[in-house]
Amino acid sequence: MSRFSKSILAVALGMSVFGSASAVDNFHGVGRQATPAEVKAWDIDVRPDFKGLPKGKGNVERGNELFEEKCASCHGSFGESNEVFTPLAGGTTKDDIKTGRVKGLSSGELPQRTTFTKVATISTVFDYIQRAMPWTAPKSLKPDEVYAILAYLLNLQEIVPADFELSDKNIADVQKLLPNRNGMTTDHGLWPGASAKKGGIGNGGVPDVKNVACMKNCKPEVQIGSTLPDYARTAHGELADQNRNFGPVRGTRTLGPEAARKAADASTLDLATKSGCMACHGVKNKIVGPGFNEVVARYQGQPDAESRLIAKVKAGGQGVWGSIPMPPNAHIKDDDLKTLVQWILAGSK
Amino acid sequence: MGDITQQPGRLRPAPENFLSEDQVKAVGAGRRDFLRKSFMAASAAMAAPLAARASEGDPNILNLPAWSTSLGQPVATTPYGMPSKFESQLVRRESPGLARVGGASVSFAPLQGLFGIITPSGLHFERHHQGWQDVDPTRHRLMINGSDDSLLKKPKVYTMDELMRMPSVSRIHFIECGANTGLEWGNVAVPTVQYTHGMLSCSEFTGVPLKTLLEDCGVDTKKARYVLAEGADGSSMTRTIPMEMVESGEVFVAYGQNGEMLRPENGYPLRLVVPGVQGVSWVKWLRRIEVGDQPYATKDEAVHYIDLLPNGLHRQYSSIQECKSVITTPSGGQTLVDKGFFNVSGLAWSGRGRIKQVDVSFDGGINWQSARLEGPIQNKALTRFNINWVWDGKPAILQSRAMDETGYVQPTYGQLRKVRGTKSIYHNNAIQSWKVVESGEVTNVQVL
Ligand code: HEC
Ligand code: HEC
Repeated sequence: MSRFSKSILAVALGMSVFGSASAVDNFHGVGRQATPAEVKAWDIDVRPDFKGLPKGKGNVERGNELFEEKCASCHGSFGESNEVFTPLAGGTTKDDIKTGRVKGLSSGELPQRTTFTKVATISTVFDYIQRAMPWTAPKSLKPDEVYAILAYLLNLQEIVPADFELSDKNIADVQKLLPNRNGMTTDHGLWPGASAKKGGIGNGGVPDVKNVACMKNCKPEVQIGSTLPDYARTAHGELADQNRNFGPVRGTRTLGPEAARKAADASTLDLATKSGCMACHGVKNKIVGPGFNEVVARYQGQPDAESRLIAKVKAGGQGVWGSIPMPPNAHIKDDDLKTLVQWILAGSK
Repeated sequence: MGDITQQPGRLRPAPENFLSEDQVKAVGAGRRDFLRKSFMAASAAMAAPLAARASEGDPNILNLPAWSTSLGQPVATTPYGMPSKFESQLVRRESPGLARVGGASVSFAPLQGLFGIITPSGLHFERHHQGWQDVDPTRHRLMINGSDDSLLKKPKVYTMDELMRMPSVSRIHFIECGANTGLEWGNVAVPTVQYTHGMLSCSEFTGVPLKTLLEDCGVDTKKARYVLAEGADGSSMTRTIPMEMVESGEVFVAYGQNGEMLRPENGYPLRLVVPGVQGVSWVKWLRRIEVGDQPYATKDEAVHYIDLLPNGLHRQYSSIQECKSVITTPSGGQTLVDKGFFNVSGLAWSGRGRIKQVDVSFDGGINWQSARLEGPIQNKALTRFNINWVWDGKPAILQSRAMDETGYVQPTYGQLRKVRGTKSIYHNNAIQSWKVVESGEVTNVQVL
C-alpha cells in the first residue's frame, strides 16, 4: 500500500468515525439544506390535528360568491353536479350530524355517495381544495378564500348556519359536527406498517378471508353468480380489434364490420391513412400520386367515375397522371374501397 | 368458429411499405428514376403469388414474400423504435362511462396480449387525477422536511443531478391500482381482461432508497413513524406511508423504468415506488417527502381509496394489494382458434411477498391442477404461470387461484362478499372465471 492510499484510508476511516455520528454528512456534495422560504412554499399540507392550517377566515356568503365564480361550472351551484365528478354535497341528515355516522351508507337509501357522506376529517377538505382546486387552476386560492368556500360547503350540508364564518380558531369545533366523523375503521389487515397494538394502524396484517387450496372434488356443483350483460359486450367497442389477428385466439367480433369501422375510425381520412393512401396522396396536394382535389376536378360530372376509380385503385396502374404507377390495393376490402372513392369524389370531407 | 377459419393468417402486401418516407421525399424532390427502380423490384415480388397453386402447398412458403426478396429498412429509420404495425390493436384503452373527464380517468393495459411479466412502458396503465405533465427534469426538485423541526435534523433539497449520483437499486415490482377489478364487485360488468384487470403493470424501477435519503437528512425515526409523499403536478397527490416500510429499505424514489427514464404518464422524472401497496401511493412527479408523527388523512385516503363495508363503515388506510391472479390467455372477449392443445397463461402477484403456487381449474373450481411458475419468482412482482390444456370443444370454465409465501390463498367472490358486501370498490382480489362455449368464445362470468 502506498503512502498516498494509506492517507486516503486514514481520511476514510476518520470520516466513518466522525461522520457516522452525523448521518447528515454521508453524501458529500449531494443535496443542500432547504431554506425556510422553500419549505414554506411547498409544505402546504393540513393534518387532522390541524397542523399546517394557515391562519384566516371566510364566511358563507363570500364562499357562495366564490363557489359560483370558480367551482360551480364543474360541481354545480350547490355542489350537486354529477357531470364532471361525483357530487360534493348532499346525502346527510340532521341525525347524522348528531351521531357522526351517515345512516344512508348502511341502509342502502343513498343513491350515491357524496364527499360529505364519506369524509371524517374536515382537514382533508381544506387541504385538498387548497392544493388542487379549482381543477384547472390549482393552488390559486388564498387561505381566506378556502375558508369561505369551505364555509359555504358546510352550510350546504346544513352543518353550519348561513351567517357562519369559518376560521382557524373554530374549525376544530366544526370537526365535531361532521356527519361521518365516526364513519372510519382501521380494523383490517391492509396497512403495511405497525399494528394499532404497537402504536400504528390496523390488525397487523391478518386477512379477512380464508380460502384453502383444495385440489379435488372441492364442491358439488358450479354456481354461476353473474354473466356478462349484452350491453356490456358491445359497450367497449369492437373486441376483435383489441386482440392480435394471429396466435391462439382471436378477439371476438362484437359489433360487426360496419359498426366496428365506425367505432374505430373517427373519419374516412383515418381509413385512408390506415389504408396507406395518404403516403402517396394529399387531400389538397400531390405527393407521389395526384392530390385528391385534382382527382375530383378531373372526374367531375362523369357518372361512371366511381366504378372506374374503384377498379383502378384496386388493380393499380399508371399513365393517367404520369409514368409513376399506383401499386395494386387488393388488400383493401371492397366496402372500404367504395367508401374511400366516394369520399374522394365528394371532396375528401 | 367458422368465422375464425375464414380469417386465415393471410399475408398481405402492405401499401405503406411500398415507399419509405425517404423515398416519398425523394420523389417530392424530383428523383423519380430511383423510385421507378424500387417499384419494379416490388412489383415483381407482388406478381409472384399468382405463380404457385394452393394445391402444391402453402403459398406463403411456395411464393417468397417481399421481405425475403427485397432490401429492408436501414438502421435508425425510427430512432426510437416502435412496435410492428401489425400490433396496433394492443394499446391502452379507457372503459367508456367509467370516468367523466380524461384528466381524472384511467387507461387500462392490454393484458390479453402481453407476455412474461414486464409491461412495456408505453402500455403501462395510466391513472391521473389532474391530467399528466411532462416535468422539466432540470427544474425538478425533491424536498425532504419534517412536520416539525424535531423530527428531522436538516430539511434538504435534491436536484435530479444529485439523486442520480447516489447509490441506486433496480428492482422489479408490480403496481396495481386499488380499484383494479372494482367494476366487478357486484356483478360482471366488463368484457375483457384489459378492463377487469388492466390497472396492473410491472416494471423494473431504478432509484434511491428513501431510507438513504431520510438518513441523509438526519431523520429521528423514534418520533417520525409516518411519511407523506407529495406530487409536483396540479393535484399534488398526497399519501401516507408507514415508516416501517421505509426502514425495511423497500421504498425508493425511482427515476428509471425498464432501462430508460420513467414515462411522463408514469411520473417523469421521479416517482415513489412502494412495493405491494396500491398504485395511488406510488406518488408521481414526486416533489416532497414529509416525515411526521401521525397519518395525514389526505383526500385520497379519506374520501377515496376507502372501502365501504355493509355496516356503513369505511376501511381507512387500506393499502396492501393482497394475493391475486388472472388467466390472460384465453380470456374474456377472445375466441379459441380451434379445438386441441393450448398453453393457458396468466399472471399472479401478491403485495405480501412472493407467489408460492398457482392452481388452475377447467371445471369452474371443482378440480384444480398446479400450473408451472416461470422464474425467477420475485418479491412483490408479477409472476407468469402456464399450464397445458387440450380443449375438447365442450363448455369449460377456466379459473386461476394463487397462493403467496404467507400461505394466503386467493379468495372466491362468495368469500369476499360475505365479509365486504358488494360496494367496497377497492381491493377486489377474487378468483376470476372465464367461460368457454362450443364456438370457442370466451366470456366473463362470476362463479360464487
Ligand atoms: C374544471 C372543472 C372543476 C372545477 C372548476 C372545480 N373542480 Fe373540484 N373537482 C373536479 C374534478 C375532476 C375532481 C376530481 C379529481 C380527482 O379525481 O382527484 C374534483 C374534486 C373536487 C373535490 C373532491 C371531491 C371528492 O369527493 O373527492 C372537491 C372538494 C372539490 N373538487 C372542490 C372544488 C372547489 C371548491 C372548486 C372551486 C374553487 C372546484 N372544485 C372547482 C373538477 C373541478
Ligand atoms: C405507392 C403510392 C400510392 C398509394 C399507396 C396509393 N396511390 Fe393512388 N395513385 C398513385 C399514383 C402514382 C397515381 C397515378 C396513377 C396514374 O397515373 O394512373 C394514383 C392515382 C390514384 C387515383 C386516380 C386514378 C385515376 O385513374 O385517375 C385515385 C382515385 C387514387 N389513386 C386513390 C388511391 C387510394 C384510395 C389509395 C389507398 C387505398 C391509393 N390511391 C393509394 C399512387 C398511390
